[in-house]
Amino acid sequence: MTEPHFERDIDRSHMQVSDEIAIQINKMNKWYGQFHVLRDIDLTVNRGERIVIAGPSGSGKSTLIRCINRLEEHQSGQIIVDGTELTSDLKNIDKVRSEVGMVFQHFNLFPHLTILENCTLAPIWVRKVPKKEAEETAMHFLEKVKIPEQAHKYPGMLSGGQQQRVAIARSLCMKPRIMLFDEPTSALDPEMIKEVLDTMIELAEEGMTMLCVTHEMGFAQAVANRVIFMDQGQIVEQNNPHDFFHNPQSDRTKLFLSQILGH
Amino acid sequence: MSDTHAQSTAFVRETMLPAKPAPVTQTGAVRWLRENLFSGPVNTALTLIGLFFVYTLVTHFYPWFRHSVWNANSMAECRAAITASFGDGATGACWAMIRERWHQFIFGFYPPELYWRPIAVFVLLFVALAPVLFTHLPRILLCFSVVYPLVAIWLLWGGSIWPVTMVAVGFVLGWLMLRLLSGVGSILAIVAAVVVPVLFWVFAVGPLDDALTSVLPLAIEPVASDRFGGFLLAITIGVGGIVMSLPLGVILALGRQSNMFLIKTFSVIFIEFIRGVPLITLLFVASLLLNYFLPPGTNFDIILRVMILVTLFAAAYIAEVIRGGLAALPRGQYEAADALGLDYWKAQRLIILPQALKISIPGIVSTFIGMFKDTTLVTFVGLFDPLKGIPDFIRADFNWKGIYWEPFIFVGTIFFILNFSMSRYSMYLERKLKRDHR
Repeated sequence: MTEPHFERDIDRSHMQVSDEIAIQINKMNKWYGQFHVLRDIDLTVNRGERIVIAGPSGSGKSTLIRCINRLEEHQSGQIIVDGTELTSDLKNIDKVRSEVGMVFQHFNLFPHLTILENCTLAPIWVRKVPKKEAEETAMHFLEKVKIPEQAHKYPGMLSGGQQQRVAIARSLCMKPRIMLFDEPTSALDPEMIKEVLDTMIELAEEGMTMLCVTHEMGFAQAVANRVIFMDQGQIVEQNNPHDFFHNPQSDRTKLFLSQILGH
Repeated sequence: MSDTHAQSTAFVRETMLPAKPAPVTQTGAVRWLRENLFSGPVNTALTLIGLFFVYTLVTHFYPWFRHSVWNANSMAECRAAITASFGDGATGACWAMIRERWHQFIFGFYPPELYWRPIAVFVLLFVALAPVLFTHLPRILLCFSVVYPLVAIWLLWGGSIWPVTMVAVGFVLGWLMLRLLSGVGSILAIVAAVVVPVLFWVFAVGPLDDALTSVLPLAIEPVASDRFGGFLLAITIGVGGIVMSLPLGVILALGRQSNMFLIKTFSVIFIEFIRGVPLITLLFVASLLLNYFLPPGTNFDIILRVMILVTLFAAAYIAEVIRGGLAALPRGQYEAADALGLDYWKAQRLIILPQALKISIPGIVSTFIGMFKDTTLVTFVGLFDPLKGIPDFIRADFNWKGIYWEPFIFVGTIFFILNFSMSRYSMYLERKLKRDHR
């Protein structure tokens, strides 16, 4: 089996996991109609953890992280994010959503707004930040993802990798305490994957709590402190990356790893 | 190519080729003609048949236009003039009728000494529309756009200024309620914003109006609705309908997409009912039925009634056009708005509607154009539209008995100019809002 690798020195000085619980999921179940997508999910995420969720397509990994900011509704069990339980109460949902940033596979930037407007919209309208201050914050994060010069362009004029970095900056402008990544590099050309992963590594180095659904096993190996493997709507295995890749326990995990790393 | 490369690789490009201009045969008029008109035997034959058809049409109609008469007092004089100049059996257009009666086509039976009022309303319409249509104009001009409808109503129908002012005061009261109570609760604020103005209009306007009129009787000469006609009528109903149907259409489209059962059902029933019924039926409802439902003695203006039903009619169509735009938006846009913590109304206003409306521009403008042309149907409820009402009235005059094509051509031309401008504006707007690869 080839070992996943990542060519970059990673600064682990801020990557400490605290005892404080960021997300707690208890016995959570979800159905799409009659189809049981998520079965008895139990998961506790501490503040500062960097979790990579892997698994074959259709295993429910995207659905799981989409439940955490209630883009999908769960039917039974409990999800508590930052001390707020997700129920049908709209106030709680909006509160959780403004604390949890999300990055999508297809970026989902707002094409009718400039890059800067994409980044300032939510702070201005949800957090009621004055426009000037919101723009300064936005420029700060755009510099961080290394595209301040694109601020006045529209998303349609940017490359995929640039768009995804803007999407990350847009989420960061809300100063979230948790970031969710839903296959952030799956829609990108190979040349652009690295620039997005670099941005995500920087975030991890600053101690952000991250949940990331991805097939980038090199990223998992380098950054994650826990890898979760899902299949058929269940968590099959979770472990630290070293043991996960070198000493997988279940047959399903072994098969998956051999297919994804074997060539 | 260097030797090292030659040994290990078959080919290595070392200089990139610059772009070259297209061959000359790709441009020029001859090229265009050959490609578009004479690209093969079938197309050549079709081109020749087409040319013959155009030739026949032109030779048929050209003499009629060439024999135009501009100075005459009656149809008989027109015919005499044409016979005198072009011989027996010659036919010609009698534009003298337009020259004599153009004001009726434009203003209907509006008192001629008051023509300045509709003209002022028309000119001010552009002042009011300018900041709405062209976003680079100063935003302060929008204040005038907001008060314009009431100014227009007052100038057109005349009478005391106080009732119109009271209507405005009612709206201001509603807005104040919304501002003051939105901190207490959003539902309470909306209810108060609707109820307080209605109560004000029902109970307070009468006495206030009397009191203010006795103190300061500011009034201009009133003009009754039956004096309206021609393009004054068509444009009044058309612009009123356009302005009111767009917001209503947006609300209905959102209602139809709503998760709330009652709102969704109501929107679906309303849209499907209105779309399933001919406009003329609704116009008869406006002219005959509506009065049965109102308290006896209320005199609800016929133009206002027609305008309301035309609005409802157009709104149903616009709702469906906008629903198409909403459906065209990728699901990810809703999700991104949700994930950022925007609530339903903010997401709709800032993310969803700007994009959905942009996609819907061609459909919305088509609906507006259709509605503006449909205003001529008001002839069936006894109003004098420019296409049938006014020409019929003119033909009833013994002098112009028998005139047929000229009014249609005249009115058709004006309709074309107005609708074509709307269409061009919509294309300008589409270009301006284009956001990718600029």
